[in-house]
Amino acid sequence: MKHCLVVDDSAVIRKVARRIMESMSLQVSEAEDGQQALAACRTRMPDAVLLDWNMPVMDGYEFLQELRRLPGGETPKVVFCTTENDVAHIARAMHAGADEYVMKPFDKEIIAVKLQEVGIV
Amino acid sequence: MTEGDTSYLRAFLKARSGLHLGPEKGYLLQIRLAPILRDAGLASLAALAGTLRSGRDPDLAAQVVAAMTTNETSFFRDRAPFEALQRSILPRLVEARAASRRLRIWSAAASTGQEAYSVAMILAEMAPALEGWTVDIVATDISAEVVARAKAGRYSQFEVQRGLPIRLLLTHFEQGPDGWVISPELRRAVDFRVQNLLDPLERLGQFDVVFCRNLLIYLDAETKRRVLAAVGGRLARGGFLCLGSTETVLGISHAWEQDAEAPSFFQPRSAIPQPYVASYAQTV
Repeated sequence: MKHCLVVDDSAVIRKVARRIMESMSLQVSEAEDGQQALAACRTRMPDAVLLDWNMPVMDGYEFLQELRRLPGGETPKVVFCTTENDVAHIARAMHAGADEYVMKPFDKEIIAVKLQEVGIV
Repeated sequence: MTEGDTSYLRAFLKARSGLHLGPEKGYLLQIRLAPILRDAGLASLAALAGTLRSGRDPDLAAQVVAAMTTNETSFFRDRAPFEALQRSILPRLVEARAASRRLRIWSAAASTGQEAYSVAMILAEMAPALEGWTVDIVATDISAEVVARAKAGRYSQFEVQRGLPIRLLLTHFEQGPDGWVISPELRRAVDFRVQNLLDPLERLGQFDVVFCRNLLIYLDAETKRRVLAAVGGRLARGGFLCLGSTETVLGISHAWEQDAEAPSFFQPRSAIPQPYVASYAQTV
């Protein structure tokens, strides 16, 4: 079973994302910010990360840069999932090594299509 | 509304668009035609049926057909047919058409244009292999309003996220105040036209690939056969018909063979009982 880490400071978003991804037979774990997420990745590297941009302590962009420097950190497929919906943010995320980008609000179909796009489902 | 009015509206829709609306789907008339009744100042579906019967208002008739037509679509819908188009169908056609260096592709029930633009994006990625080729993408829909939307190429954030890889969004779209707009290059690449598939199709010419997806499911058996034959008649020799993921020619026609590499694509068997033309060079 593939493992997806949901990184978002909103408990509601984490809960919604978890439900969507568990319905796709993915194993899901959660982190509230980039620093928690990095610690989780050092313990067990996920297959995919659904990543918010704006979070306290460490934001999604910084997390992505740190993740890609970790041993094995190039492997997880990273899908940004954020309200930062302008071209500049999207281009910046892709340049930093994101694999896909979801603009909030999202629904199950959008998440499914993006995870399909990166080969997770 | 009397049973006679309901029957009239169902027969009207079948005659104008081929849409088969079974008695169990009568509620759709109420739901989808309510805005038209309001805008036209008509009190009821019975009044609408009366106006349509009189034949006095052709615009109203067109609006009714458009309102009852399903426009559900998305970029790269179902993924697999587009992957097959890029990896299997187009490379074979590029080889087969090397002499004429011409490709024609038709999105036959184009709705708001996502299918045709998806094809245009694939062809843009294949540009080096198609240098010096003439490539036409024709996209048709029964509704003038829907065709106008498709031509404008404006899509909401929700629409661009349904199926469109972010890489292609960045490459082919510009962000506007109310959403995303397809690049002028891709808009120029697609020729959108209003076309009822029950009307004569000869003036469209012949095509190497015809997308006719998620249309047959709304038609009764007789109309399916008629549309399949008419659309098939627009295929050039060696051309491919692409159907929706839940559609098949089984039980409708024995004239088609499913492609072994690309299951959404079908080719006419040797003897198709239709105005099947050997080469589009004869009509284009």
